[in-house]
Amino acid sequence: MSTDTERTVTLTVNGVPREATVPVRRLLSDALRHDLGLTGTHVGCEHGVCGACTVLVDGAPVRSCLMLAVQVDGHEVTTVEGLAHADHQGGQVLHPVQEAFRECHALQCGFCTPGFLMTIAAGLEGRDNSAELTEEEVDDMVGGNLCRCTGYANIKKAVHHAAATMRDSE
Amino acid sequence: MKPAPFRYADPLTLDEALAVLSDEGEGAKVLAGGQSLLPLLSMRLAAPATLVDINRVPGLDTVKATGDGVTVGALVRHARLLGGHPDAMAAARVQPLLARATANVAHPAIRNRGTTVGSIAHADPSGEMTSVLALTDGSVTVATPNGVETVGWRDLFVGPLETSVHGPAIVTSAFFPALAAHSGTAFAEVARRKGDYAVCGGGVVVTLDADRRVAAVRAAYVSVGLTPEVHDLTDAVIGQPADSADWAAAGAFARTLVDPDTDLHASADYRRLLVGVLTERMLAEAAAEASARVTGE
Ligand SMILES: Cc1cc2nc3c(=O)[nH]c(=O)nc-3n(C[C@H](O)[C@H](O)[C@H](O)COP(=O)(O)OP(=O)(O)OC[C@H]3O[C@@H](n4cnc5c(N)ncnc54)[C@H](O)[C@@H]3O)c2cc1C
Ligand code: FES
Ligand code: FES
Repeated sequence: MSTDTERTVTLTVNGVPREATVPVRRLLSDALRHDLGLTGTHVGCEHGVCGACTVLVDGAPVRSCLMLAVQVDGHEVTTVEGLAHADHQGGQVLHPVQEAFRECHALQCGFCTPGFLMTIAAGLEGRDNSAELTEEEVDDMVGGNLCRCTGYANIKKAVHHAAATMRDSE
Repeated sequence: MKPAPFRYADPLTLDEALAVLSDEGEGAKVLAGGQSLLPLLSMRLAAPATLVDINRVPGLDTVKATGDGVTVGALVRHARLLGGHPDAMAAARVQPLLARATANVAHPAIRNRGTTVGSIAHADPSGEMTSVLALTDGSVTVATPNGVETVGWRDLFVGPLETSVHGPAIVTSAFFPALAAHSGTAFAEVARRKGDYAVCGGGVVVTLDADRRVAAVRAAYVSVGLTPEVHDLTDAVIGQPADSADWAAAGAFARTLVDPDTDLHASADYRRLLVGVLTERMLAEAAAEASARVTGE
């Protein structure tokens, strides 16, 4: 089998089929931002520690700075741009986690926010929200994301707020 | 920073993967979950000429639990060994240390990609799973172009970030032997945040006799020493009743056996102190579990 230095990658991003020709060393985070123009995914540390770059690959949260773009060939990626849904009047309806962030003042500069939103959305969608959400569970969910502004209290408040909204609509 | 340029292959069979590794020679590296390798590439601490991505190789993503132990394939992500997954539950019945330790490995998004076998192949002294392999007296299966061999943990770990697996070789699975009868386990660590690398951590196995007296006590630590080591603490508490054994004495004994380093996060003395405290706590917990298992029979 031969090795490559460049490849064309076909993937689905936020439900839309996309294609990009990239050097094989291109990180998924950079492919999303530079090749596909989706700058909602933020890049902080570029070595897995800050969580700002978190996106969903086939529905599961992953660090986009710790995947190569070539590895998502044939897969489905959801970024923060895909979190809100279109309503019937041509506008957008925020995801309950986005709504909760606004409600609870869970962001200041907003740099970390896309990563938190993706992590929390996946975390809450992956659990049975009729069960009580413990502090420990919240810490485990967001413990891998860094925020230099908020002090985390309002982010944790937003997790509870979103969980309650999602439970009520289940 | 970004990774330096490399060549890339994502073979569809194990044989093909071994063939590319052979062809590419010294500069080739296996890419599994990428949760340790990609940070090294981006920080330019490593610049392999070729990455051989094994993620498309079929058959490596299985967890098999039998009476003898648990076999974890090379593409089993940390997350699979946790929580409500049926694989996790079957594995936990045979060897509870696996899930207990994995709960301390990194954060959810990293656990979705990183693999148990990758962390063993990576041999980071602050990784949990290397110590679990040692504590359970486990082994790995290594495939090379010349065939397949089993390597026990003692022969595997050579130094920090160094194993005896060299050249064109892929670790296809890790085997964690079953917990013995009349035994209980515990795993605990101190980290700055949950999911961060441990400042100090460890696991223990306590085995009782039929009268619930201590028969054997073993411990292995994380972020303590350069390679995993199993310490026998039996002498400190042998023959003592499980519910009133002097676990503090075993903790104090453990402190005399370990040789931790000082780094940015903690001094050697502080780590030694933590070894004592964590050992005492874990032994009480493991003994209670062992005792319940004696009753359960
Ligand atoms: C922010 C952060 C926090 C983390 N915290 C922890 C933690 O608390 N505890 C912990 O244990 N780990 C932690 N990790 C590391 C994580 O567990 C990795 O998943 C793991 O160490 C390596 O597994 P991988 O599958 O990602 O391997 P990769 O990164 O793909 O590979 C690592 C190395 O092992 C080799 N390798 C991997 N698989 C094989 C194989 N099958 N055969 C031969 N060689 C192989 C590679 O060539 C490479 O040299 C953390 C990582 C990050 C980014
Ligand atoms: S940019 Fe990916 S985790 Fe920080
Ligand atoms: S809001 Fe500024 S880093 Fe989190």
